[in-house]
Amino acid sequence: MERKSPVFTAFVYVCALLLAAVILAPLAWLFVMSISPAADLAAKPLRWWPQAADFSRYAQLLSRAENSAGAAFTSSLRNSLEVAGMATLAAVVLAVPAGWAVSRAPSVGWSLSMVIATYMLPPVALSVPLYMSLSYLGLLNNVFGLALIYLTILAPFTTWLMKSGFDSIPHEIEAAAMIDGAGLLQTWRIITLPLAAPVVATSALFAVLLAWDEFFYALLFTSDQRAKTLTVAIADLAGGRVSDYGLIATAGVLAALPPVLIGLFMQRALISGLTSGGVKG
Amino acid sequence: MSGTWMTTRAWLLMLPLLVIMVAVIGWPLVDTVRLSFTDAQLVGTAGNFVGFDNYAKMLTSSNFTRTLSTTTWFAVISVAAEMVLGVLAALLLNQEFRGRAVLRGLMILPWALPTVVNATLWRLIYNPEYGALNAALTQLHLIDDYRSWLGEPGTALAALIVADCWKNFPLVALIALAALQAVPRDITAAALVDGAGPFNRFRFVILPYLAGPLMVALVLRTIEAFKVFDIIWVMTRGGPANSTRSLSILVYQEAFSFQRAGSGASLALIVTLLVTVLAVAYATLVKKTAGSAA
Repeated sequence: MERKSPVFTAFVYVCALLLAAVILAPLAWLFVMSISPAADLAAKPLRWWPQAADFSRYAQLLSRAENSAGAAFTSSLRNSLEVAGMATLAAVVLAVPAGWAVSRAPSVGWSLSMVIATYMLPPVALSVPLYMSLSYLGLLNNVFGLALIYLTILAPFTTWLMKSGFDSIPHEIEAAAMIDGAGLLQTWRIITLPLAAPVVATSALFAVLLAWDEFFYALLFTSDQRAKTLTVAIADLAGGRVSDYGLIATAGVLAALPPVLIGLFMQRALISGLTSGGVKG
Repeated sequence: MSGTWMTTRAWLLMLPLLVIMVAVIGWPLVDTVRLSFTDAQLVGTAGNFVGFDNYAKMLTSSNFTRTLSTTTWFAVISVAAEMVLGVLAALLLNQEFRGRAVLRGLMILPWALPTVVNATLWRLIYNPEYGALNAALTQLHLIDDYRSWLGEPGTALAALIVADCWKNFPLVALIALAALQAVPRDITAAALVDGAGPFNRFRFVILPYLAGPLMVALVLRTIEAFKVFDIIWVMTRGGPANSTRSLSILVYQEAFSFQRAGSGASLALIVTLLVTVLAVAYATLVKKTAGSAA
C-alpha cells in the first residue's frame, strides 16, 4: 500500500474543495441571480445573497399572458419540447433497424462510419442550401423543418449506441425464436427490443440532450414564436435590451433544468459510453 | 440463411437512415460546392458561374487570415487548457477522499448545461456594470475600476476561452478518470516498490493507459473548437472590432448577414476542408497512439 502523509491528504482535500468551488460557483450564482431582487443585482458593492428570495420571475416566465416575456418563453419551451421530441422519436425509429443491421451484418458497417463522419462537417457548410430548400418547401420557421434537420444530427449517435447495445445480445437467442417461426419484426418485439430496452432509453435521452442544446440551425431557420426554440429565445434575452438580469438568469435556470436532471440521472451510462468510445478509439 | 440475403436485408434496414442522411446532408453539401462557383445571392438570383473567383477573393481577404488566426488561437488554447485541467482533475478524483462520489457527480453539471445557457451565464458574470467578476475582483482589491471584459479586444477572447474551458474540462476529466481506473493497482504498486518517483510513475506507468482515450477527447474537442459558433455568438457576436470572430461566424456573416450565398459557400467549404485535414491527421495519430499503448 502507498503510504499517504498528512500533508498529502490535506493537499488532496484543499484541491477537492477548490474543484468543487470552481464547478459550483458559476451555477450557484445563476440561481442566486434568478431569485435576487433587481435592486440587489444592480447594487455596488454587489449583494451576493438576496435579503429576501424572490421567485416571482419564475411565475412571470411561466405565465402565458399575451405579449409578456412569459408568452415568448413558454412558446419557445413548447417548440423545444416538440422539436426535440419529434427528432428523438424519429432518430430512435431509424436507429433500431440500422443499428441492428450493422450489428448482425458487419459488412455494411462502413456506411455507418460514413454517417458518423458527417459529425465533422461544420453546419455552415450545409446552411445555405438547407435555407434555400426549407424556404422552397415552406418549412422555414416551422418545427417540422427544424426537427427534420435535427434528425440528421441525432440519428448517427443513436444508431451507434443501438449497434453497441445489439452487439451484446447473443445471436443465438434471436436464432432460436426464428427457428420457432417468428418473423424479424416479431423477434425484435419479443426478444431483441426488451433486452435492448436500457440502450434504447439511453440513446433516446442522449438524443434529447443533443436536440435541446442545438442553436445554430434554430437561429438560422426560425424567426418567431411559431418555431423559435429555447436556445434562440435565451440568446435573444441575453443580447436584447432586458434590463433585469435576474430574468435572463431565470430563463437560463429553467432551460438548464431538464438536461441537468437527465445528465445526473444517466451519469453512469454516459460515463461508460464515453469510455467505451475512448478505449475502442 | 444465406449470406447474401443477410447482406441484402441489412442494406434494406439501413436504407431509411441513409436516404435521410443523403437528402439532408449529402445533397446540400454537393449544392454548396455548386454554389461556391457562382455569384448567387441568398434570396433571388440563381447566380452565374464565376469559376474560382470566390475562393481567390476569400483566401486573399484580410478578414479570412485574421479570422483563421483567431479561431486557431481559440482552439489551441482552450483545448490545451481543457486537457491539462481535465487530467489534473482526474488525478485528483482518482485519490481516495470523503465526498469523492459527490464531486464526481458534480462534474456532469457543466457538461449538461446547454451551451447557450453557459454563454449567457458567463456574459452576465463578465457584465461591465453589474457583473460578478468585476464585483468580486473589486471587493478583493485586485482591480480598482470595473472593466468591460467582453468589450475590449485585449480581454474578450481570453474571457471566452475561460467560459469554454469551464464547460468542457469536466468532460475530459471524466474520460481521463475512467481510463485511470483501468490502470491495474499492482502495476503502480510495483513501480512504487521499484522506487519510481511521482513524475516517473505518471509518465511511464499511468500515461500509457491515458494516451488512447485522451487522444480521442483531443480530436473531438479540437474539431468542435474549430467549428465554434454558439458560445461566441451569444457572448460577443464576434466583437469587439471582430477580435473574437471565428470562421463559422465569418461564414454566417458572409452568407446570411450580407446574403452573399456564393462566396459564403466557398468560405464554408474552405472551413470544411481545414476541419477534414485536421481530423484525418488526428485519426492517423490516434491509430499510432493506440498501437503503441497496447
